[in-house]
Amino acid sequence: MKINNVILRTVTKISVFIILTLAVYLFFAGHNSPGGGFIAGLVLAAAFVLLFLVYDMDTIRKGIPIDFKKIAAFGAFLAVGTGFGAFVFDVPFLTQSFDYFEVPFFGEVELSTVTIFEAGVSFAVVGVVITIILSISEDV
Amino acid sequence: MINTLLVTSLILFGVAIAITLIRIIIGPSLPDRVLSLDMIGVQIVSSLAIISILLNTRAFLEVILVLAILAFISTISFTKYIERGVIIERKRDN
Repeated sequence: MKINNVILRTVTKISVFIILTLAVYLFFAGHNSPGGGFIAGLVLAAAFVLLFLVYDMDTIRKGIPIDFKKIAAFGAFLAVGTGFGAFVFDVPFLTQSFDYFEVPFFGEVELSTVTIFEAGVSFAVVGVVITIILSISEDV
Repeated sequence: MINTLLVTSLILFGVAIAITLIRIIIGPSLPDRVLSLDMIGVQIVSSLAIISILLNTRAFLEVILVLAILAFISTISFTKYIERGVIIERKRDN
């Protein structure tokens, strides 16, 4: 039986970008207000899960040719490597530092090493959640 | 005045959530329960908006967005489970 779900596909094409924008906002808001790498990763995973739900697995695998297990491993490596990078400057493990830079067109922005750690956490969460959901659904 | 209105609407939302919960428990079929779960999500999002007006804060706005996204995705997956029996397909048939 053919099921016509063109409304769901059209809504998804727009709302996926809204969810991805929310994920990026949550990632950069995490420094001073609610947000951070973990829930940014969860919201990113929610966007990917919505794509996998509405379309099928082969289409999305062809459109996003990323192995999510490698993404999780890379995220964990990045997060731990940021901690070990503190040893180069002869300070304890996971020491953070920040500074203010003048960036054209944005004005003065604050760049810190915590952002790299948060990016690692975010990659790890996305990879683990997508891997778990896909391997559960392949089992049926 | 506006404070009384907001508190009254919060109480009414609580009563509405309780009534919807009864429909989830005694609901005769699975689509009734799925519809009630989606309705509870909408009611929680609305009452969170009223709470953030009442407390005069902007800290709950991200919570509202994330909760709305999760309610949307869970409703889609439930309806797909009812209609197809499988949630994530391997190959599209249409």
